[in-house]
Amino acid sequence: MIDRRLFTNFDWVFFGLALLLVAIGIMNIYSASASYRITGLPFHLKQLSWLGAGLLLMVAVCSIDYHIFEDLSYWFYGAVLLMLLLVMVVGRTSMGATRWLHLGFVNIQPSEPMKIVIVMTLARYFSRFGSQDGLGFRDMGYPLLLVGIPALLIMKQPDLGTAILVLLVAGTVMLFVGIRWSVIATGLLAFIPAVYLGWHYYLRDYQKNRILNFLNPERDPLGSGYHLIQSKIAVGSGGIIGKGYLKGTQTQLRFLPEQHTDFAFSVFAEEWGLVGSLVLLVIYLLLVLWGLHIAGRCNDRFGRLLAVGVTAMLCWHIVINIGMVIGLFPVVGVPLPFLSYGGTSLITSMTAVAILLNISMRRFMF
Amino acid sequence: MIQQRYVRDNKDQGQRILLASLIAGAIFFVLLTRLWYLQIVDSERLVELSEINRLRFVPVAASRGAILDRNGRILVGNTPSFSVAVVPQEVKDKDALLASLAGYLGLDLAELRQRWDKGKGRAKYYPIVIASGISRDQLEFLEENQLRLPGIDLEVKPVREYPNGTLAAHLLGYIGEISEQELDAEQFSEYNSGDYVGKSGLERSWERFLHGVDGGRQIEVDARGRYLRTLRETRPTVGNSMVLTIDIDLQKAAENAFGDRAGAAVLMDVNSGEILAFASNPAFDPALFAGRLDPEVWKSYLEDKRHPLENKALKGQYPPGSTFKIITALAGLEHGLIDEKTTVVCRGSYEVGKDKFNCWDKKGHGVVDLKRALRESCDVYFYQLGERLGVDRIAEMASRFGLGEATGVGLENEKGGLVPTTAWKEKKYGKKWFRGETLPVSIGQGYTLMTPIQLTAMTAALATEGTMYRPHLVKQVVDPDGKVLKEFKPEMIRRLDIKPASYRLVKEGLLAVVNEPRGTGAAARLYEVKVAGKTGTSQVVKMRDGKKELAYQYRDHALFVAFAPFDKPEVAVSVVIEHGEHGGAAAAPVAGAILRSYFEKKGVIRKPVPRSAKEEGEDASPERERQEEKQQ
Repeated sequence: MIDRRLFTNFDWVFFGLALLLVAIGIMNIYSASASYRITGLPFHLKQLSWLGAGLLLMVAVCSIDYHIFEDLSYWFYGAVLLMLLLVMVVGRTSMGATRWLHLGFVNIQPSEPMKIVIVMTLARYFSRFGSQDGLGFRDMGYPLLLVGIPALLIMKQPDLGTAILVLLVAGTVMLFVGIRWSVIATGLLAFIPAVYLGWHYYLRDYQKNRILNFLNPERDPLGSGYHLIQSKIAVGSGGIIGKGYLKGTQTQLRFLPEQHTDFAFSVFAEEWGLVGSLVLLVIYLLLVLWGLHIAGRCNDRFGRLLAVGVTAMLCWHIVINIGMVIGLFPVVGVPLPFLSYGGTSLITSMTAVAILLNISMRRFMF
Repeated sequence: MIQQRYVRDNKDQGQRILLASLIAGAIFFVLLTRLWYLQIVDSERLVELSEINRLRFVPVAASRGAILDRNGRILVGNTPSFSVAVVPQEVKDKDALLASLAGYLGLDLAELRQRWDKGKGRAKYYPIVIASGISRDQLEFLEENQLRLPGIDLEVKPVREYPNGTLAAHLLGYIGEISEQELDAEQFSEYNSGDYVGKSGLERSWERFLHGVDGGRQIEVDARGRYLRTLRETRPTVGNSMVLTIDIDLQKAAENAFGDRAGAAVLMDVNSGEILAFASNPAFDPALFAGRLDPEVWKSYLEDKRHPLENKALKGQYPPGSTFKIITALAGLEHGLIDEKTTVVCRGSYEVGKDKFNCWDKKGHGVVDLKRALRESCDVYFYQLGERLGVDRIAEMASRFGLGEATGVGLENEKGGLVPTTAWKEKKYGKKWFRGETLPVSIGQGYTLMTPIQLTAMTAALATEGTMYRPHLVKQVVDPDGKVLKEFKPEMIRRLDIKPASYRLVKEGLLAVVNEPRGTGAAARLYEVKVAGKTGTSQVVKMRDGKKELAYQYRDHALFVAFAPFDKPEVAVSVVIEHGEHGGAAAAPVAGAILRSYFEKKGVIRKPVPRSAKEEGEDASPERERQEEKQQ
């Protein structure tokens, strides 16, 4: 199994990019939580211990040939779907949403692995059924079902951010496989009534409020609009060179909401300015492009689709989170990979990186 | 062919990867443009905003909803209270500030420090309440000296006001600052520390409706943190008010009837389940809990052997004593073991095997039938009946009345009492039921336990001959605009399947208890209205030696249940006087007084005319009135 070639082919650049981001993240978490009064381990140290766990997981994921995932993907899918169903029945509720499954010693949030498992499942599906001239209506039915069920379950929790992410990632994979123009046009046309129905019958009030407040932050400057206004002030007041590490007034005076998790980028942008944000964005873009590059170098269809999907997942996280804190998207709870505090997010991101590394180092094994 | 397709496929895929990379690059470019806009174009404005970002968010607590009696009179309202808060961000010298505040307010410095520390984890612009409930004079003084005390914030917020003092204290409950454990609980996920929540009684059980929605002000302050102007304000939404089924006058009458004795009384409309009075004595002062509770008062509450903090009407579980004979008698009648002619000879005691069971009257009652057994509360009659019935048939009748389970009155932690059965004992103690244990059960002793609500519900079901309504305390929940959000209509929970003749016999026995010579409940008699009732005296300790005075906590409980009027029952009442010794002597007069006030209020009984009214009224000659009354 362990081939010497695997070491020579190990993608140090990609691995280095990911580690660099984690390092920036931990430094940023330190600043973001400097004003907190904390009982127990400080957040940046906790994140460091998650990094340790993440690295172990990466070694494990890399040592398995990713082709095994092809055989196992439906089993993974079934297992995670079952967990999502279990969450509905016996899940732990916190802050009005039921997302956690209590497994005795550890709490897990099945919607997180679903992000990766759905990519594996679709990659497996489309590695067998792809058509030369794009997917037609008939080809879409089964994969849409595969995506729709978990997406609905996650939306029910309710966790709109993750549900949207699953849909976006799945959509990206399908687009990559190729969809006929007629299908795309119909989809876009159906979107309008779907939005109407969703608004009136599906979204919960707090979700509607988030969207309305995004469209008009002044609507609720004390409530959820407040977060957006304060976040924009933080980012904008950073200016070109920033206020300096640990010197962001918005951050240190705690005007930012959840500044060590979802709003970590605001903290970074305030303290490091446009220069820092630009560097960070470039690193993120490099990560994404390198992921696509890995996909391009891959010689089998499953591996390529898997690489594209996993990269898309990372990319959408980055885009939605940053877009959210700078006021381009509504505030949906999507963490920023590597920068946001939180074990779940870090583990998911590192697993994604590990899968890409795995594909990269076995590119000549075919 | 395959080779060809492979190549074409790969070439095609390569193009796709390139396209995807371009799209990703484009999206990142959009992000960058936005950053450029925020951090360069709009930066100046936002820098300024961040510098003057002394936009403070000050929460404004919502008034809790009022609690009203059935006629709309206020049981709990709100009154403004002034408090001093400190905004940490603007405080220069914390110790000096706290010291001078302690001096002005006459409070303990250590306590102020403690309060300050509690707020430490929060944002620095978030005011920490240092002292609440300060007087108007203190407020004015602080307002004048605000410049010399940078960082203080004077707040007005509503606090609970109890116009009737301790009236219905247990029922209403009290509010207090939310505790750490409560903050972690799911139901309080939207609360912040420092918020006030219901801690007991209706305030706790109906918190969801009473609380209201907090508002807030976004205010701008200058560089020194002084208030400049309010930018925006969302008004708090007052909580919903609750209209109870309680009648203030009857509640007062019930509580007054107890004097300083400990106990509980529940008065209920038998035709709807509406509880008119819900008394637990002695009461505590709910107003004391809203602010800082004086440790001395707290200690006195804890040390009082009458347990003023305990809601006895809801959670007190008492052996029902002879009031339980209603159940035993009905079980006997329904199983055909007795009828009105069945007689038993009471010689003052009854022997089963080696055990001797005494009647309360050691002289014995002689030949007794059911009516006399009820009237004079002969224990031997019911010992014999109970022995023939067996405990399970008694329990079956009790559970028909819903005994052994909480009635669902609308308050948390309602107790359900206990109805023992052979299966229960097997499960609880792993032992067989002894025949001798049935005898105490048949007179409401032994394991049997009932709450005052259950006593009233049982009596009401007897009065209506089997129609049981759910006892309830809340009539309506009304939103601040006066719209009725919830209305609690009478809810029939059971229709008992018992022969009308059985009810009649027991009811006639109960009428005799109050109205016939040698009846044990004569003290509850009203001359204008026919009252039917049953006394009960339940042992707290088994052994009694002679006439020696017992310590308070070992004395018997006195019970009395009654309904009236006999012919067309309207209300049922139960009275428990803890360690009151004799049902007939201690509890029956209290029940009588409560029923009297009910019928006085209805106008069936004329109230004695107060002296002042007599003097004012010109031709209100009391003699003439009395004559008129007789003519009616």
